[in-house]
Amino acid sequence: MLDDFLIRAGLAGVGLALAVGPLGSFVVWRRMAYFGDATAHAAILGVALAMILSVPVTLGTLAVALAMGLAVSWLGTRGHAMDATLGVVSHSALALGLVAITFVPGVRVDLSAFLFGDILAVTKTDLAVIWGGAGLVVALIVWRWSRLLTATLSRELAAASGINADREGLVLTLALAVVVAVALKVVGALLIAAMLIIPAAAARSLARSPEAMALGAVGVGALAALGGLWASWWFDTPAGPSIVVAAAAVFVVTTLAGRRR
Amino acid sequence: MNLIEANDLSVAYGGNPVLDGVDVHVEAGEIVTLVGPNGSGKSTLVKALLGVVRPDRGRVVRKPGLRIGYVPQRLHIDPSLPLTVARFLSLPVRHGARKVEKVVGQTGIAGLEQRQMSDLSGGQFQRVLLARALLTDPELLLLDEPTQGLDQPGEAAFYRLLEEVRQALGCGVFLVSHDLHVVMSASDRVICLNHHVCCEGTPNVVRDAPEYRALFGHGTQGALALYQHDHDHHHHDHDHDHGDKDAG
Repeated sequence: MLDDFLIRAGLAGVGLALAVGPLGSFVVWRRMAYFGDATAHAAILGVALAMILSVPVTLGTLAVALAMGLAVSWLGTRGHAMDATLGVVSHSALALGLVAITFVPGVRVDLSAFLFGDILAVTKTDLAVIWGGAGLVVALIVWRWSRLLTATLSRELAAASGINADREGLVLTLALAVVVAVALKVVGALLIAAMLIIPAAAARSLARSPEAMALGAVGVGALAALGGLWASWWFDTPAGPSIVVAAAAVFVVTTLAGRRR
Repeated sequence: MNLIEANDLSVAYGGNPVLDGVDVHVEAGEIVTLVGPNGSGKSTLVKALLGVVRPDRGRVVRKPGLRIGYVPQRLHIDPSLPLTVARFLSLPVRHGARKVEKVVGQTGIAGLEQRQMSDLSGGQFQRVLLARALLTDPELLLLDEPTQGLDQPGEAAFYRLLEEVRQALGCGVFLVSHDLHVVMSASDRVICLNHHVCCEGTPNVVRDAPEYRALFGHGTQGALALYQHDHDHHHHDHDHDHGDKDAG
């Protein structure tokens, strides 16, 4: 069954949806959209470094995304104006990565695969990495759920209950780095943030509890992945962007439905 | 043993001292009110007591395992986060249904459990915050200007409720206010803060202290105490050395 590339692609999309649902909900609740962007853009730099050092690309992106996440949250606690800082860091990382990749010796690198994903070329090994990473992220978030949620509401409220909001922030940074590393193959560095935000935002208008929103986001993400793949197959459109377009379409529908209630 | 104490606490933001050598403590069952003008460092002191702000000097000592019920000044919940009252009350730990029912009744929020937090009125919201604090069986209730944004009847009702639940629980209370007239008479001790502790004592002593009058003036005593409380009205001896050395 896994020999069919379309099935592998579908499984990759659904695996990613499992992780981006709950994590994306936190990204939306905590207004970390730009933070997600910065971490995702850093992935390109990770690709370049991995190729130069001849280590697996997933490892390179994971390390660089994690370093970027830690650096950005450290800047945040130092009280820097986050909007401008994240803008500078995010786009610098992307540009630096694009420049660095031209120094990779040997074969010419297909940049678009890393920028927009290459889900139709997912191998069985990729699939194992995607599901492994997604499983790790889901386990981490489920384990810390109540703490993460309390820390999201207020640092002080969390502290009064003995919860260290900084530590919970680190948990999310770690989860974000893992998601970036596994999502690179699926939707590419430029659209990872879209997959974090759009499914969660689409689930918002129909959800009455944080749990329902996170689960709904998983559903929307999976629907978008399969719908995008289907559209890509029939209309011969690029798969990664088609998945994001499908998610955006679901967002429009649920938002209109939510208004009507 | 004190529930919580801050010893020689100093905090500076970007070189500006916000708290300078502050000593405060709350004993078990005691009601301590902290008053001070806007920008006097009250919220910073609360954050330091909670452990969110790390002091530059001095330290905060809590009774081991101290259960704190914290009621913030206000709580902004991002509109993207759907949250019912019932779910909010169960963060971070779920409580038994009977206990929730009791506290919900006590704080007068029965019937609101399935409402979204964003749909509550200001008064309801503060009652929900208080209910959540009470569900932790607090030994210390820490309230940071809990009636900010409420109108006067709402404020009076909130403090009446606070007094009721405190009598039922017997917990210590550390209450921050920028306007003490409402809350003063129920307090065992009032601490007047303006970056440092200006004066401290029973409500009557503080009201008459020159340091307090310098900060708050004399004008509003007609509005004193929305609820009256049978407190003794003796003047206690006031330690004048305390405020003189660093007043102003």
